[in-house]
Amino acid sequence: MINIFEVNETNKMIEQENLDVRTITLGISLMDCIDSDLETLNKKVYDKITTVAKDLVKTGKDIENKYGIPIVNKRISITPMALIGGAACRTPEDYVTLAKTLDNAAKTVGVNFIGGYSALVSKGMTTSDELLIRSIPQALACTDRVCSSINVGSTKCGINMDAVKLMGEIVHETAEYTKENDSIGCAKLVVFCNAPDDNPFMAGAFHGVTEADAIINVGVSGPGVVKVALEKVRGENFEVLCETIKKTAFKITRVGQLVAQEASKRLGIPFGIIDLSLAPTPAIGDSVAGILEEIGLEYAGAPGTTAALALLNDQVKKGGVMASSYVGGLSGAFIPVSEDQGMIDAVEAGALSLEKLEAMTCVCSVGLDMIAIPGDTKETTISGIIADEMAIGMINQKTTAVRLIPVIGKGVGERVEFGGLLGYAPIMPVNQYSCDAFVNRGGRIPAPIHSFKN
Amino acid sequence: MQKTIITVVGQDTVGIIAKVCTYLANNKVNILDISQTIVQGYFNMMMVADTADSPKEIGELSNELAQIGDEIGVAIRCQHEDIFNKMHRI
Repeated sequence: MINIFEVNETNKMIEQENLDVRTITLGISLMDCIDSDLETLNKKVYDKITTVAKDLVKTGKDIENKYGIPIVNKRISITPMALIGGAACRTPEDYVTLAKTLDNAAKTVGVNFIGGYSALVSKGMTTSDELLIRSIPQALACTDRVCSSINVGSTKCGINMDAVKLMGEIVHETAEYTKENDSIGCAKLVVFCNAPDDNPFMAGAFHGVTEADAIINVGVSGPGVVKVALEKVRGENFEVLCETIKKTAFKITRVGQLVAQEASKRLGIPFGIIDLSLAPTPAIGDSVAGILEEIGLEYAGAPGTTAALALLNDQVKKGGVMASSYVGGLSGAFIPVSEDQGMIDAVEAGALSLEKLEAMTCVCSVGLDMIAIPGDTKETTISGIIADEMAIGMINQKTTAVRLIPVIGKGVGERVEFGGLLGYAPIMPVNQYSCDAFVNRGGRIPAPIHSFKN
Repeated sequence: MQKTIITVVGQDTVGIIAKVCTYLANNKVNILDISQTIVQGYFNMMMVADTADSPKEIGELSNELAQIGDEIGVAIRCQHEDIFNKMHRI
């Protein structure tokens, strides 16, 4: 029988250490909505989402009440829209109508984000893919809850440098379209290499074509819990440190597994995966940088940061894998700058640069995330940063992503406020040397030698 | 049987257990086990209860118990036991 100390430990994690289930994400396939008539397509998409997801938010709340664990977000991911709109959309503006439909559907069912305004172009772009990509600035400016992601590379296919070049322009244009709101459109736009089909986290969630008709994916969190556990083993060696992270990750993930199974049962939709991620929020004590500091660094970014993050990421996976029957998604430690108070402090103290963040992305679960850069950064420079990050993903056979926000009208030293979970960020300096000739070459970077395993 | 864990944490005062037990009796919740400690002057109680016969859903019981807690100045939580079993037992 459970004892009072175990009960108190769990409740202390929830009440004082920000343990929560970060998201229940319902993946919905829109393949059966495809139609060559745009109006019919919009109607089918709206109807399918609002039918399949009609009980999602209520179910989330019921589970919260039953177990006393906060479930912060309820979200939806859909089949990459470029696959759905291809037969009906002739212009970028046609795609924008679909974005508006997604936004309306999200508002009707009460989810805070809907992801999957996406295209998968790691080897080449179809006309439909390109139309969707060109519609992104307008789509993100005229909707509130739609998130977009573009996969421009993979270990198997290499990197589509034409798409990388285009995305540099699109990121910049998205910033321009939403410049009245500190270029917030870019916070809803991710460029990926090796994007997973079952990621529940925004802004990069989409429902991959390898998935079933509908699926429940759950993202757990709890950097605060790991930090508090590590406070008790200060000064101990790496073995003790790693064991502590592993055990804590196990406990956190078990809660996610419980919630995922319950949601699956109540909604009558199969359980997909648990994403074992440490996802920070701007709340005090809910920081991945805080864990790195607890491991022994003065600030995130100090020498030793990459090693500390590597062991953290690995131990989280080792602990979490045993706690869940299926794991997937991104799984690891997120290092967004604006969403993590410790990372913001590190940037403001001058301890953390864009280059160090890039090194950290080699060992974290995703990539350059929620980083504000000067609004006058050249489009080719953005493409160059994307290309570097995609190369890290391609060579290391891991998911990498870029979510940069060139804040129009602001420069280094200024600050940008996004509000809510997106937080605020100091604007970081970018290397000023040109990569124009590199980005303008066009074509593809071939897949690396170790991709040929057949 | 639907085992539920009810925890009460707060400043010790007269009648905490009485209030909680009266509410549970009125709502047909059967108490299976009670353990209690005082940690650093704070009253700390855990009850294992069976809510299977209660006409109310666990969410409703949880909200109403939280309200009673507010009235007497303690924090009362009511959670399905699975969250603890999952976390602490393999």
